[in-house]
Amino acid sequence: MTTTTSQPSPGLGESTLTAPVAGKQADKVFKGIAVACGILILVVLAAVAMFLLVQAWPLIGGDQAANSETISKFTGGKAHSFWGYVGPLLFGTVLVAALALVIAFFVSIGIALFISHYAPRRLAAVLSYIVDLLAAIPSVIYGLWGGLVLVPSIYPFWNWVAQYLGWIPLFAGPASNPPRTVATVALVLAIMILPIITSMARDIFQQTPKLLEEAALGLGATKWEMIKLAVLPFGKSGIVSASMLGLGRALGETMAVLMILSPGLKYSFKLLQASQDQTIAANIAAQYPEADSIGVSVLIGTGLVLFVLTFLVNLLARRITEKAGK
Amino acid sequence: MMRTQTPRRCIAALSALSLTCALAACGDNVDPSQTPQANASSISGSFAGAGASSQQTAVEAWIAGYQKSNPNAKISYNPSGSGAGVTTFLTGATVWAGSDKPLDDEQVEQSKKVCAGQTAFDVPVYISPLAIVFRLRGVSDAGKHVNMDAATVAKVFNGKITMWNDTAIAKQNPDLDLPATPITVVHRSDKSGTTLNFVEYLKAAAPGDWPHKLSENWPNDVGQGAKGTSGVISTIDQADGTIGYSDYSQAGGLGTISIKVGDGYTDISAEAASKAVANASLSSEAKGEHRVVLDIDHTTTAEGAYPIVLVSYDIACPVYSDANTARFAKSWLGYVVSDKGQQDAMSATGSAPLPDNVAKTVRQSVDAINAK
Repeated sequence: MTTTTSQPSPGLGESTLTAPVAGKQADKVFKGIAVACGILILVVLAAVAMFLLVQAWPLIGGDQAANSETISKFTGGKAHSFWGYVGPLLFGTVLVAALALVIAFFVSIGIALFISHYAPRRLAAVLSYIVDLLAAIPSVIYGLWGGLVLVPSIYPFWNWVAQYLGWIPLFAGPASNPPRTVATVALVLAIMILPIITSMARDIFQQTPKLLEEAALGLGATKWEMIKLAVLPFGKSGIVSASMLGLGRALGETMAVLMILSPGLKYSFKLLQASQDQTIAANIAAQYPEADSIGVSVLIGTGLVLFVLTFLVNLLARRITEKAGK
Repeated sequence: MMRTQTPRRCIAALSALSLTCALAACGDNVDPSQTPQANASSISGSFAGAGASSQQTAVEAWIAGYQKSNPNAKISYNPSGSGAGVTTFLTGATVWAGSDKPLDDEQVEQSKKVCAGQTAFDVPVYISPLAIVFRLRGVSDAGKHVNMDAATVAKVFNGKITMWNDTAIAKQNPDLDLPATPITVVHRSDKSGTTLNFVEYLKAAAPGDWPHKLSENWPNDVGQGAKGTSGVISTIDQADGTIGYSDYSQAGGLGTISIKVGDGYTDISAEAASKAVANASLSSEAKGEHRVVLDIDHTTTAEGAYPIVLVSYDIACPVYSDANTARFAKSWLGYVVSDKGQQDAMSATGSAPLPDNVAKTVRQSVDAINAK
């Protein structure tokens, strides 16, 4: 008697708990879809890399004399080899993006802290919404605004900078008029990447454990000290990855640069003078329409370099984030 | 990220929609009363061309004019640029190509593949004066021209003259009160036939002051670069003391430089440009049958001639393997180089009509088009 009651009925248990139910099939299908999506990303990445390599192949394996002739035609005789061509472009790309990041970084952290810790609840909600809205504006709009509104109106400011801070090599004058310069482009790019960094940093700051914040305040810290002791260290890795995301956008930004910058092909830090630097992405967009077949492979070759650069930046960001996370 | 992407997509979709509407509106304004009935000899089919963006407005005018007598011919022109246009033509994908420079020897050789064994030819179809435009407070806004000779122009664009009140400029403009404003040179940042034609003038008319090689890309580091003619014009418009070059039709309200020719200074105009082309000789370097390649005399001293011109060519085959295509090419190019066609272009863009002596040779080449 006791044996029969203590032993669970195998038939009953199987039918309700372990027997296949309708959902099991769906589970498999869903897993399959998820895996396929994951693989798709790899396939797309590989396809892009392959496309760049194949299209750029005439540049690597083809007739070097023809390549050098095409490059010297592209540059009006200023560069003759691929590396002589892509070097200054790479420099310009990194310079513009890094400047934009430097400008955007501090402002973004400021906005994010204001939203998460200082602003009244309702204002914070409105501000959050506006920041997200800014991220949705297409870059061509920023480019138009920068080119048509900012460029003609910012000249007096840059002129002032060149006059009083001209002793710093970065701001060496005379400031170009109209100021279609690296400084103006960096400013517009900074505004473009600001919402990305801000919204990520805000989300992270808001997740700071209340316990940590209250502990800091309880030890007699002021609000600024609390942020320094609890919020910032907690959000460090998040801030880094937000910045790298912003940097990634700035590195690849095409339209805004194309519409504002007067391009040059130098390794130059003169931010206030026109025709000094150019970025890879804007250069491709500018030269592509009139390029012949070798020209196209030269341009795609520079695209390959940009691809590798963004790859490295992301890799670096991962490393930093991992280190900071430990 | 998804959340921020959605509004952006909406904006993209909206703008695409509005663009479609705008384009549809463009296509709608053909007056139905002006559409004639197709007659037996008219051409029908779809035909494509591609090439120089400088010709775009003129080609649109030609298509509209041509379709009045050939309503069943569907013609498209892709303003992809001279280089891309010629490349496409050499693959056989287009009937003709527009180009701001004549074919080179290699391209002539390659054309045998698409021209049933014969070599392609180029004929000038669109002649546009290139304006040297500037903005200078007190001068350009007062509607005044500034006089310059070729050497002065070359020095300005090569960064040797940097102030508007430089003695070289002041000497040629005794009537003007030139301010001490720095000169900002604005040039094309992209590869362009406009640039090539402009530096051809500088190289020919002021060889001592223009040391650079001919190229479709701007050769020096002076001033600022801007993308496309529209970019150059808007950059010039943004500051005081700017100077650049553009197609005359795009010059708008900016001031233009009068060029020294002979003993006087010539203001820019379509007639003056046409006069300079009439004095041009046929290039002896162009090898291949039926080709009409002009050597503009940039150092002309003919009174009233304006020597800075952009000559844009149409490139076609003398023989097409398809009879209908050959018939189309002959009648289309025939229309383009006819008096009517040149008038169409002139009223649409302010271009200079082909001078009679050039037009005669060009029509002979076009008449030679045949089916295999």
